[in-house]
Amino acid sequence: MLYVRELKKFFGDFKAVNGANLKVEKGQLVAVIGPNGAGKTTLFNLICGQLQPDRGEILFNGEDIGRLPPYEICRKGIARSFQIANIFPRLSVFRNVQVSVLSQQKLSNRLFQPAARLAVESTNRILESVGLLDKKLDVAGSLSHGDKRILEIAIALGNEPDLLILDEPTAGMSPEETSTTMKLIQRLAQEQGLTILFCEHDMEVVFGTAQSIMVMQQGQTIIQDLPEEVRQNREVQQAYLGGE
Amino acid sequence: MLLNIFPQKSFGVSVGLFILLLIAPAIIPKFYTYILAVIFVTALLAMSLNLVVGHGGLFQFHHGVFYGVGAYVGGLILAKTSLPWWVAFIAGPIAAAVTGFLIGLFCIRLNRLYFGMLQISLGSLLWVIAFRWYDLTGGDDGIHGIPIPEFISSSKSSYYLVLIILCICLILLYLILKSPFGSALQAIRDNPERCAAVGINVRRHQLAAIVIATFFAGVAGILFVVVEGSIFPELLFWVLSLEIFIMCLLGGWFTFAGPILGAAVIVSLRTFVGTYTEYWTLILGVILILLIFFLPEGLMGYNFLAKFRSWSKRAAASSVD
Repeated sequence: MLYVRELKKFFGDFKAVNGANLKVEKGQLVAVIGPNGAGKTTLFNLICGQLQPDRGEILFNGEDIGRLPPYEICRKGIARSFQIANIFPRLSVFRNVQVSVLSQQKLSNRLFQPAARLAVESTNRILESVGLLDKKLDVAGSLSHGDKRILEIAIALGNEPDLLILDEPTAGMSPEETSTTMKLIQRLAQEQGLTILFCEHDMEVVFGTAQSIMVMQQGQTIIQDLPEEVRQNREVQQAYLGGE
Repeated sequence: MLLNIFPQKSFGVSVGLFILLLIAPAIIPKFYTYILAVIFVTALLAMSLNLVVGHGGLFQFHHGVFYGVGAYVGGLILAKTSLPWWVAFIAGPIAAAVTGFLIGLFCIRLNRLYFGMLQISLGSLLWVIAFRWYDLTGGDDGIHGIPIPEFISSSKSSYYLVLIILCICLILLYLILKSPFGSALQAIRDNPERCAAVGINVRRHQLAAIVIATFFAGVAGILFVVVEGSIFPELLFWVLSLEIFIMCLLGGWFTFAGPILGAAVIVSLRTFVGTYTEYWTLILGVILILLIFFLPEGLMGYNFLAKFRSWSKRAAASSVD
């Protein structure tokens, strides 16, 4: 479904991504791990169009999407969440999600139809599936940090993506929140048959949920394999897991 | 069907106010009828600006240009051609919207303040044309005594025309704001990056909003011609743009009706304080300073009732201690 080949992105002399390779098959739950500054977020920004790659290619369903602007990549079926809660703080929770549902249903340009009556059902369904339905009238900016992160995922779900990309979905969460969020992500993957690509710091979380793990270091892909294989890999142990 | 999307409470107030304004010219002196008409025109102008400033998050610093273009195109057609009057009424707003599109096309590539700065420079070019092209525009004198069709030339009939068009425009603006288009526009204001990531073409959406806003500014421009019977280059000058920007901030730029209040306050200040001293802007300055400190979201943006309740609750709680 998604192939990333020899992707490179330099900021001046700094090689943020320097040869990243990634393969995501339909229906998989794939994790990207690596120490801080390994280039995980830059890689996601390149895939989603927030940044343009210098070299290499990104194929999504066989099509090169490496030079497209973000909104077109989204229309191709890739939705994402951001590392820092990236929501619409002045709008209600309901309207946060509705914006992306309306965009998905190509209704965003309607001028004289009340939005309050459009896409209500699908928006409510998404809010229910992530457990934010009882807070739907709250102003998004007033939510707790954990709920903002969940809302972030809900906004991405509004686009009915084929591939959902989550940038550290549990960053800044308490252990309980982390486990609920990971359960939510697993449930979404199973129930809706979503393909999910995410990056994460917490090793337990990653090895417990992912079906395939890609390890990055200093902008480079070291390995991508099944969790057991990755755990056995010497290079990974030295570079990241501390080694023995 | 259409009615139930309007909030019920403010709907009652608006209808009451509308009826009051309908009978007003029969009671109040002619001068005040004229002032009210000026307030309506200015309110429409401020409302059109607020679509892109308050709800769209764009620094539209030179909105007056589109008002001026609407007034000049409409006024010149009325004064210098033998075309029927309604041509002027259609051509003014359309010319404003086309100008908005052309200027917007360049400005939209820039962000935040740079957007506003480029707009001021491009808009000033149009001001220079109005100011210098004596043969066509009458230069710095402008054109006075523009022939207005008879049925709207008296102060009462022009008052009613302005009031009715203002109401139609307000309803349209409200519908736009509550539509999916308006919803996406507000989302872009809050977070353009995220909007792009949910599949919205941010720049195209903002440009469309500018065209709509400048169209309504053009409507205000032609109404100005009806009320005043003249056009002059100050309509396109940046000082006026600044004034309408302040109306939005003063009235409450995140509210729907705020700019109307802002326009009423500023037009009244200019008219009534302006007759005593030419330094009326000094009072405006003091009001603005107080506003920034105490009501950063404008007069209507401040929830007086909620604040009072929480204040009285706190007072009650502390008296129990």
